[in-house]
Amino acid sequence: MSLDHELLAGWGNTAPSFAAVERPRTDDEVAALLTGGPVIARGLGRSYGDPAQCAGGTVVVNRNLWHLSPIDPATGLVTVGAGVSIDELLTVSIPAGFFVPVTPGTRQVTIGGAIAADIHGKNHHVDGSFASHVLSLDLLTPSGLLTVSPSTDPDLFWATAGGMGLTGIITQATIRMLPIETSWVAVDTERFENLDGVMEAMATGDHNYRYSVAWVDCMTTGARLGRGVLTRGDHVGVDRLEGKAARTPLSPPSGAKLTIPITPPSGLLNRLSISAFNEAWFRKAPKKRDDELHTLSSFFHPLDGVSSWNRLHGTRGFLQYQFAVDDAHGELVRRAIEVLSSAQVPSFLAVLKRFGPADPGPLSFPMEGWTLALDIPVGPPQLPGVLDQLDAMVAEAGGRLYLAKDSRLSPETFATMYPRLDEFRAICRRVDPTGIMTSDLARRLDLIPTT
Amino acid sequence: MRNAFGQPQSVLVLGGTSDIARAVVARLVDQRTTTVVLAGRNQEALDEAAAELTARGATTVATVPLEATDPSSAAATIEAGFAAAGGRVDLVLLAVGLLGDQSETEDDPAKTIELFDVNLTWPAAALAALRPRLIAQGSGHVAVFSSVAGVRVRRSNFSYGSTKAGLDALTLGFGDSLRSEGIKVQSIRPGFVRTKMTDGLSEAPFTTGVDEAADTITKGLASSADVIWSPAKLQAVFLILRHLPSFVWRRMPG
Repeated sequence: MSLDHELLAGWGNTAPSFAAVERPRTDDEVAALLTGGPVIARGLGRSYGDPAQCAGGTVVVNRNLWHLSPIDPATGLVTVGAGVSIDELLTVSIPAGFFVPVTPGTRQVTIGGAIAADIHGKNHHVDGSFASHVLSLDLLTPSGLLTVSPSTDPDLFWATAGGMGLTGIITQATIRMLPIETSWVAVDTERFENLDGVMEAMATGDHNYRYSVAWVDCMTTGARLGRGVLTRGDHVGVDRLEGKAARTPLSPPSGAKLTIPITPPSGLLNRLSISAFNEAWFRKAPKKRDDELHTLSSFFHPLDGVSSWNRLHGTRGFLQYQFAVDDAHGELVRRAIEVLSSAQVPSFLAVLKRFGPADPGPLSFPMEGWTLALDIPVGPPQLPGVLDQLDAMVAEAGGRLYLAKDSRLSPETFATMYPRLDEFRAICRRVDPTGIMTSDLARRLDLIPTT
Repeated sequence: MRNAFGQPQSVLVLGGTSDIARAVVARLVDQRTTTVVLAGRNQEALDEAAAELTARGATTVATVPLEATDPSSAAATIEAGFAAAGGRVDLVLLAVGLLGDQSETEDDPAKTIELFDVNLTWPAAALAALRPRLIAQGSGHVAVFSSVAGVRVRRSNFSYGSTKAGLDALTLGFGDSLRSEGIKVQSIRPGFVRTKMTDGLSEAPFTTGVDEAADTITKGLASSADVIWSPAKLQAVFLILRHLPSFVWRRMPG
């Protein structure tokens, strides 16, 4: 093992901190790191805020916990090391005829991180979140190595799903993959002049598709407020393909074609440039186009084509604000866009999605209803206050924010949004009685039990 | 922990009864600060400042003794301050200082020693005590109250100005030494502010009230600037003033 100190930040590059970084290869090496503390695991650092940082402590990067079993062709079950990324898994699984059951907007997340954040994808309304497809996981806790499944220890399993690494370090997991015939998706695209049109179409038609997501413009006002483009799709069978595609129906994803080599000063992305981008993007989308074939990469991971795109937000960094509310409070989507729009906070295209039922995780984010996610550069002086105001609206509506995105919530508002926090703390205390597992996020939001 | 906007959760104020520091901390409590430790000499004034912060919503407020005329006690004050904050401090505000009276100080070695002890030697010892703690905790932010009086020292307050010139240089060097450790260090250079320290003195150009200064400084703390000028326009003013020929500088009024 190598001992190294590194300044670590999240994807938003906002509040970096120093920690000793370890890259263990075996369960024994991981166990040896859980004797002192404080410790937290880290994958590829795609969380926006501070969950994979531990100032003054030890950060255990999981990337050397890397192994991949053959995928069982009959059941789709695969056992993978926690440090395997979705990108690496897909490279092997797609040619074998399997897709991951859930993927976020980037392939560059590890399996350990996917479980710890209980990630969701465009199919949440049909398939639920990532942990719903995990049959069991190996968790190294300060009390030892535990193999946990939803049936053997549901409390610990579901506290680990969405628990942001605070129950221990996941070393491997068994996942049920989704059989596919091709690496193509048939996509229906529809453009709407305002938010009501988008939400109406989603509420009434999403159940007809496995995948659905809308991109919404948060910088328009009045009658065009929240204009958007809805894309929905399904995997296609080999009978749909012709020519070259039919000869190689299962092509693995391609890598990044572009990279942002340096971090420009903050301000490159401002109200003007973001408005212009949003306008161009909206005009580019067809008014309505059905049944167009897209590759898995272009449909699921468009931003993976540009590596380090987060640098475009400049040296001050950026954040993503993502909240969920139930169907009865769908109106909050409009109000949130109105608040940001009237406060003149620049925001890139926002992502709007419908969630299916929540899973049992006490800190798991998805809840049945709506979720809206917005990228916002740090800088506007009014931004901290505007987001605090949005937090209050979300909490009041019984909604919540996503910990994998958060970098600025207050502990009080967090506790209101996640009323089962004490249940989560009790499970942490059971496997980690002396409070070894902690992170900058846990300290900021007072997540861990105070011993 | 500091959040994405640089807002701290825990703050240690060295010189906790300073008018400007109190006003800055009040603003931080309105944001995300819940833990405040006030270090100072006058217990009664500390208790009053602590009560104000508690009323404002801070959940953990503590006071620790600070005796700036005894630089050898700085390390103990820092240790007590961190302990009272629960072990971690996101922001240290160093606001210890004495204005002194130039005419009484310049011919008096004892008064000169006291001024330099309080304004420079104690802070230097405190920064030395802070340095390993900040490195060990892996994150942190220190902001030191210097003064525009130290940017170019004037006849009318050259003793005070020299202590602040030294402190400012020390702060910037201290910051450079911690840059690669991820620790943010800022020097705050206020102009003339109407406080109990300046009570009775005639006001200089660009004088501000405490609230205006606190607003500017609180905003500056969230920025990545090495130096926070208050008011901000003093940066431009001093760009000129510091290059004036000496014979002109000596004739400047005030």
